[in-house]
Amino acid sequence: MTSLVWVEHDNVHVKEATLAAVTAATLLGEVVALVAGHECVEVAKAAARIAGVSRVLLADDVAHAHGLAENIAPFIAGLMSDYDAFVAPATSASKNIAPCVAALLDVMQVSDVLSVEGPKTFTRPIYAGNVIATVESRDAKLVLTVRATSFAKAESTGGEAVIETVTGATDAGLSSFVSAQIAASERPELTSAKVVVSGGRALKDAAGFAGVIMPLADRLKAGVGASRAAVDAGYVPNDYQVGQTGKIVAPDVYIAVGISGAIQHLAGMKDSKTIIAINKDEDAPIFQVADIGLVADLFDAVPELTAKL
Amino acid sequence: MKILVSVKRVIDYNARPRVKPDGTGVDLSNVKMSLNPFDEIAIEEGVRLKEKGVASEVVAVSVGPAKAVDTLRTALAMGADRAILVQSDEAVEPLAVAKILKALAVEEQPGLIILGKQAIDDDCNQTGQMLAALMKRPQGTFASSVMIEGDAALVTREVDGGLETLRLALPAIVTADLRLNEPRYASLPNIMKAKSKPLGTKTPADLGVDITPRLMTLKVAEPPVRGAGIKVADVDALVVKLKEMGVA
Amino acid sequence: MSNRETMEYDVVIVGGGPAGLSAAIRLKQSEPDLSVCVLEKGSEIGAHILSGAVIDPRALDELIPDWRRRDCPLAAVPVRDNQHWFLSRHGKIAVPHWLTPRWMHNKGTYTASLGNLCRWLAGQAEELGVEIFPGFAAAEVLFDDQGAVRGVATGDMGVGRDGKPRFEYQPGMELHARYTLFAEGARGHLTRQIIARFGLDADSAPQVYGLGLKELWDIAPDKHQPGLVIHTQGWPLTDAYGGGFLYHQADGQVALGFVVGLGYRNPHLSPFGEFQRWKQHPQIRTFLEGGKRVSYGARVINEGGWQSLPRLAFPGGALVGCAAGFVNVPRIKGTHTAMKSAMLAADAVVAASRAGRRHDLLDTYEDTLRKSWVAEELRMVRNVQPLLARFGAVLGTALAGVEMWMRTLGIGLPYTLGHKPDRALRLARDAAPIAYPAPDGVVSFDRLSSVFVSNTNHEEDQPVHLRLTDPAIPIAENLALYGEPAQLYCPAGVYEVTGRATGDPRFVINAQNCLHCKTCDIKDPAGNITWVAPEGGGGPNYPNM
Repeated sequence: MTSLVWVEHDNVHVKEATLAAVTAATLLGEVVALVAGHECVEVAKAAARIAGVSRVLLADDVAHAHGLAENIAPFIAGLMSDYDAFVAPATSASKNIAPCVAALLDVMQVSDVLSVEGPKTFTRPIYAGNVIATVESRDAKLVLTVRATSFAKAESTGGEAVIETVTGATDAGLSSFVSAQIAASERPELTSAKVVVSGGRALKDAAGFAGVIMPLADRLKAGVGASRAAVDAGYVPNDYQVGQTGKIVAPDVYIAVGISGAIQHLAGMKDSKTIIAINKDEDAPIFQVADIGLVADLFDAVPELTAKL
Repeated sequence: MKILVSVKRVIDYNARPRVKPDGTGVDLSNVKMSLNPFDEIAIEEGVRLKEKGVASEVVAVSVGPAKAVDTLRTALAMGADRAILVQSDEAVEPLAVAKILKALAVEEQPGLIILGKQAIDDDCNQTGQMLAALMKRPQGTFASSVMIEGDAALVTREVDGGLETLRLALPAIVTADLRLNEPRYASLPNIMKAKSKPLGTKTPADLGVDITPRLMTLKVAEPPVRGAGIKVADVDALVVKLKEMGVA
Repeated sequence: MSNRETMEYDVVIVGGGPAGLSAAIRLKQSEPDLSVCVLEKGSEIGAHILSGAVIDPRALDELIPDWRRRDCPLAAVPVRDNQHWFLSRHGKIAVPHWLTPRWMHNKGTYTASLGNLCRWLAGQAEELGVEIFPGFAAAEVLFDDQGAVRGVATGDMGVGRDGKPRFEYQPGMELHARYTLFAEGARGHLTRQIIARFGLDADSAPQVYGLGLKELWDIAPDKHQPGLVIHTQGWPLTDAYGGGFLYHQADGQVALGFVVGLGYRNPHLSPFGEFQRWKQHPQIRTFLEGGKRVSYGARVINEGGWQSLPRLAFPGGALVGCAAGFVNVPRIKGTHTAMKSAMLAADAVVAASRAGRRHDLLDTYEDTLRKSWVAEELRMVRNVQPLLARFGAVLGTALAGVEMWMRTLGIGLPYTLGHKPDRALRLARDAAPIAYPAPDGVVSFDRLSSVFVSNTNHEEDQPVHLRLTDPAIPIAENLALYGEPAQLYCPAGVYEVTGRATGDPRFVINAQNCLHCKTCDIKDPAGNITWVAPEGGGGPNYPNM
């Protein structure tokens, strides 16, 4: 089985999530990487170095510049006669495109794959991750998006794939890019941040929260969250709240500072890849789910941590 | 311009899904069902566009069992003008829903089709995109704002790391994200009026769509319980771990 | 306020529980042309319904005689094995059947989810043309110029925590009716106002309550015995009366719970703690091991009985069901009497409508109720609860047993014992502290994870619906005198005192967690907390409780 893997990139670098998609695709068979964009030769070269990739297809065209699904999806569908599966990391760009490819191939997509159980069998989360379903595809071809935190990242060096240029891009003329506001230097958005630092009621007040949590978040380039108690007590605004009634997040790393770990909060971050807890109460429930725990007074430990990073 | 909005009857976002002991599926008996929250946002957007004078009619559609009429009545109470139930007691996958909506779009000729970005039961996040691909029309997914300018829609979308704005030629498909709007409460008088708004029923067969599923669910299970990990003795040890993980 | 929209009905019913729905059905059966609407604050019918339950079908047989053939969920599990146990720390004594009067044996009764029964009743009601509006809380009673009740107004939706309208603000609506029936259940907030305004309880004993906590479990199939019904007294309660229940219901599920009389005096008592502790008893625990908890909830239950019933009718309306208080305490049943009371009220309304009346007194309701089997049943058991409350589990039960037998045999004496109000507490320093075991996460759990499985949710940005008459009292008085028992009696962890370590104690109200049980409205030692309905649609979302 040969998979065509979507390479997520910014026209210069390969984004890390792609490496997880490569790993997933490797479990199915041979991996061919697709780099579609505009003036993205460097990306193709980087993709060629990913361990496990046997070939790289470079589709460099102005029609592919902004990831417009109307242009890219038919293009990919056209390539798919040579491949058994289209595999993409579950990023907002590929979530936009992959289902279109599936529809054009008249197949169902399997979204947010957590594991590969067989050549056509996968697990995926449903009901907001409260249930895991094992599904098997009956379609002739597969279209998958893959949760990046569920697969080890392929090595980004060591590969020596051949780069082939592919033509045939078309502009459907249905859509055009107007503008983008990518938050570059600002703190990442809570729901899409890779690292989240979250504070609880133990931070005493808004000043405590700002003085302890924010510097650590800045140092780690992390998003900032809070428990309900901290939000209710007015330390931070409502939209910082992580939990059952707030935001559901699943970052690579979730650092819970002074948060006891009530189940309502856990409901909002239980899918984080790694949970780190700093709390001075060693019986706090959070330590029962934290991968790494530090029993310490946060007012000492967190500034020390920020300084030493 | 007519707006078509697709809505789904799903488990209420407050209800907790229970896995059947034999693992064959989720037990939905005695579980509260509601209008999918993202679809509620989609209806709200359609109704707001009508109130702005941009649209003349909002038609709500649901593919689902007979009880989905309750969901459609909620949409009507929020301000949709007319509703269509495409009745199926079997679960219908996004690909088939997209084909059904495409067939309806041929009949209704909407200028804009709005869907919620995903259903909170299957979390597929596919239907809107599939519909756009099948109709060969443009899509604005994960929309946080929609403006109609003449024969185009200006859609601002939430993407990883920020926002982007696209111009889409109408007719277009938009999928609603959380921040698109805050849905209104259905008031009592509107709930009453909704009872007499037109609600028609069709079947997938009427629209020539085969809903045979492509994905077989072999089993469902609860996720493995997270166990406790390790404790580190001090901040230095934590720093080491963070560096190992590539976070710092 | 005056620019609210209005809707006119013949009858408006506040509350979509068994009483409210029975009244609605009876009204439409008798007079199909009556316009009847039911307002329900829960997000759907059944969302706020919590009961054991073992239900005597007597009222349902009268209301819908062929209910067993109409797919009614009550029919699924008849009670076939009725047990009454006295628990000691590790053991039990089963009370032999011949020791209790026949009407305590639960023959001919069914065990099922009252929530499911209500959903079925709602379907029957809608088929008859009743309009049911879930998600709308009645917030205000409307009076006419003569002071008669002319309807209710629903609460404003979309009001922010600061009291100012949010973007989605929608004013409430006025629903005007010839007659308004209040079916809010025990300690209804509008009912309280009505009773006070019309002095309906001037001649009654104070109403007293128990707090019932309940869980629903999926249990191991080999442990499941549908139709097995167990009631327990004794352990672990020493400072209060009450007891546990465990019912094997349909679909491999067990409903179990614990009721604690709220007249207890020890401020260190936690009804939630007693419930979790009771589950540890080997005879109870054994059913739960290998099973999984599905849901949790809590609600107060009337225990005052006959002597605490207020006058039922007032100009423009009446109280039905637990809003008045028709629970038969020793039988631990109130659904059948609630339904019957509602049916009798409906009959009175129908007669009044046919005579073209409105907004006046439904005096035939009170008359017919006093001649009905509801009155007969409740009069018979009226002294049981006071005996238990005064004399404790062992002596109280024995005396109550004698009392019940005498009345069953027709030789009852014409006395009626009264009640003391629930509120009084001993000072914290004068009462023995109680150490509750930590939850084991297998059979017993902490409060927050319990609230989690009640599926409780409230719109966050709304005014706090638990109103303190004097905001200083919790810290200034309750904390000093009683250790602020709200932290213990609330089964949802709504109330907390924080900042004691830093010398700056604050009373925190986590209104979001509220289960709408009404305990705080009853048990606050200063009577300082008034529960009002939050924005409609909020609160628990019980599945089949």
